[in-house]
Amino acid sequence: MDLKEILRQKREDIVDRWFEAILSSYHEDARGPMRRTQAQFTNPVGFNFREGLEGLFDAVLQGMLPDTVTGFLDAIVRLRAVQDFSPSQSLSFIFELKKILRAAAGAELSGDPETADELVRLDGVIDDLALFAFDLHMECREKIYALKAQEARDMTFRLLQKAQLIAEHQE
Amino acid sequence: MSKLPKPAELAKVSYQLPKTGWMDTPVEFKPGMFCHGSKPKSLELVGFPNPREWRPADADWKLPENWKEIIIEGIADRLKKYRSFRLFMDICVRCGACADKCHFFIGTGDPRNMPVLRAELIRSVYRKEFTTAGKILGKMAGGRELTLDVLKEWWYYFYQCTECRRCSVFCPYGIDQAEITIIGRELLNLLGLNIEWIAGPVSNCYMKGNHLGLEPHTIVGNLEYMLDDIETVTGKRIKPTFNRKGAEILFVTPSGDLFADPGTYTAMGYLMLFEELGLDYTWSTYASEGGNFGFFTSNEMGKRLNSKIYAEAKRLGVKWILGGECGHMWRVLSQYMDTWNGPADFLEVPKSPITGTVFENAKSMKMVHVAEFTADLIKNNKLKLDPSRNDHLKVTWHDSCNVARGMGMLEEPRYVLKSVVNNFVEMPEDTIREKTFCCGSGTGLNASENMELRMKGGFPRANAVKYVHEHHGVNMLGNVCAIDRASLKALMEYWVPGVGVCGLHELVANAMIMTGEKERTTDLRGEPLPSVAAKEEKA
Repeated sequence: MDLKEILRQKREDIVDRWFEAILSSYHEDARGPMRRTQAQFTNPVGFNFREGLEGLFDAVLQGMLPDTVTGFLDAIVRLRAVQDFSPSQSLSFIFELKKILRAAAGAELSGDPETADELVRLDGVIDDLALFAFDLHMECREKIYALKAQEARDMTFRLLQKAQLIAEHQE
Repeated sequence: MSKLPKPAELAKVSYQLPKTGWMDTPVEFKPGMFCHGSKPKSLELVGFPNPREWRPADADWKLPENWKEIIIEGIADRLKKYRSFRLFMDICVRCGACADKCHFFIGTGDPRNMPVLRAELIRSVYRKEFTTAGKILGKMAGGRELTLDVLKEWWYYFYQCTECRRCSVFCPYGIDQAEITIIGRELLNLLGLNIEWIAGPVSNCYMKGNHLGLEPHTIVGNLEYMLDDIETVTGKRIKPTFNRKGAEILFVTPSGDLFADPGTYTAMGYLMLFEELGLDYTWSTYASEGGNFGFFTSNEMGKRLNSKIYAEAKRLGVKWILGGECGHMWRVLSQYMDTWNGPADFLEVPKSPITGTVFENAKSMKMVHVAEFTADLIKNNKLKLDPSRNDHLKVTWHDSCNVARGMGMLEEPRYVLKSVVNNFVEMPEDTIREKTFCCGSGTGLNASENMELRMKGGFPRANAVKYVHEHHGVNMLGNVCAIDRASLKALMEYWVPGVGVCGLHELVANAMIMTGEKERTTDLRGEPLPSVAAKEEKA
C-alpha cells in the first residue's frame, strides 16, 4: 500500500493531532470551548480551524491547487493574523504537519526508501503551503493597516469636501 | 549582527501562557488591543479627575498617591448605591454558562475575556476588601490585593467589553456583565483612566452638543450636501428646518449619520421620509446627538450629556421627540432618560400625525424610535413603496445589541425591511435576535488603533454573515445602529468582502415613491437601479 493511501486511511487521526497542535498555541482554558467543532456559529474558531485543516490535509495529499487551498487556509490564517502571535508563531502550525505525517507513517513504513522519498516530496508540498500562507498572512496584515487608513479618510471626507479640497472626477 | 533563529528553533517557539494563575499573571499590553489614553483637555473640560498626559503602555500612569483609597471608596459608594452591583458581586456560582458566549473570548481565546473572569477582576478585590472571609483568608477565599498590576488589568479588560450583554442571556442568575463593566469603567474614571475615543466625544458633546463637535453651521452644511444628493437622485429639493420653535416633533439622531458614509445615506433616508409625509418636525443643532458616550464613562456623565434632549424639546415647545437609528442611544433614552432628566411632563404622549397611532410604550419618556414610527406607517399603508428598486441587494439583518437584546425591538425593523426589499435572508438562529453577536466595536471601542481587537471581537458576527453571503448571495448587512454603520464596514472588508453595510432608512428611501419625483435611475449611493442596469445591459 502506498504512503498516501495509508495517510488517507488515518485522516481522522492526523487531522485530530494537527487540530490539537494548533490549539496548543492557545491558553489551556480556551481549548475546551474550541473543541466543540460542530458548532459552526457559536464556536466559529474551532469549526473553521477543523474544517480548514481537513481541507488542507486533503489538498496536501492531492497535490495542491492554489484555488482550492486558499479558502481553507484563509479560514485559519485570517484569524491568527489578528491574534496575539508573531508571524512565525501564527504560521508554525503548518510545519507541525510534517512531524505528524512522519509519526503516522512511522511504524508501517520505516526504512522503506520509497516512503522516505514520498515524505520528502510531501515536505515540499507543505513548504509550498507555508509560502501560500505567508502571502495570505501579509495580505491580512496589510488589510488591517489599509482599514485604519480608510477609516481616517472616511472620517475626514466630508470636511475636505466642505473645504473644497476634493476634486470631483469629471466624465 | 543579531543571531537569527533557525527554522527548527522557530517551530519550537512556546506559545504557552505563563504557568502562574490568572491572579498572579500581570497583563501584557499588546498593540492593536487597546485605545489611546484620554487627553488632559478632554477630562479637564468636563471636570474629570487627574487630567494629564499619559500612555497606557507606559509603566507610570501618573496616578494620585492615594489612588487605591479612591478606588476602594469608589467601590464602597457604588455597593451602597446600586443593589444590582452588590448582588452581582456576590451571586456568581462560576457555572461557566457565560464563558464561551462572549465575542471577545471567542475571537481572542483569552480566558480573561470570559465574562465570568472579567467580573472576577473586580470581585476578587471586592472579596478582599469587603467580605469577612476575604479579609481573613485572602486568596483562599478568592480575594486579592488591589495593586497597580490589577488596576492595569481592569483598564485593559474593561475596555475589551462592549457591554453587549450576550453573556447575560445565558446566565442562570441573569448577572448583567454590562453593569459590571459600567461600574469598572466608572471606577477607572475616578483616576482619569479613560480612552480618548470616549473622552474626546464626551467633551465635544458637552460643549457642542454632539460627539464630533460639529457646530451649528457645520451641521446645516453637512445636511446641505445630502440635500444636493437627494435632489440629484429624486429631482426634489427638500428644505428641512433647524431649531424651529413650535414644531410638533423634535428629531434627534446620532451625529455619526451626519458626516460619514454609510450613515449619511441613512440620514438622507430620514430627510426624504419626513418630506414625503409632510411631517411638522425640526432638527436641532444643540440636541444634535442621540448617542451618549458619557454612558460609557459614568452614570453622572451620561446624565449630564443626556439633559440637553428634554431641555431642547422644552425650549422649542415640541409635543414629542422622534429618535433616529441608533443602538446604545436607544437603551440610554428608553431605560435611563426618564429617571435621569424626567419627568417630561411638558411633552405629550407621542401620537403619529399621519396614522393617529398613539405610542403607549413611550407614554412616560415621550420618545419614539424611527423604526417603530416607520413600521406603523407601513402597517397603515401610508407609504408608496417599490421594493424592486432594492432588487440589486440581498439583505441580511444584524440585530444591534442594545436595540434588540436590550430593548426587545426585534420585529419592527424586520417588518420595515421586508416591506422595502424583496430579498431578505436571516442569519443562523444562534447569531440573531436576543442571541445576536456584537459588532465588536460598541461602547466607544470603534477607534482605529484597536483594529485587531475589533476584528477579533467582530469575528463571530462576520462568520455568520459570511455563511449567508456564500450560501445565499447576501451582499448587504442592514442595521439600526450608528456604531454598527461606522464599524461593520471595516469588519466586512476584512472578513467578508463583497458585503456592504446600510441603515434601515436608506433602504426605505430607495423603495419609497415620492410625490412628484423624477424617474429615478440610481439609488442613494448613485448606483444604477436594477431596472436601469438591466436596460443598459440589453443595449
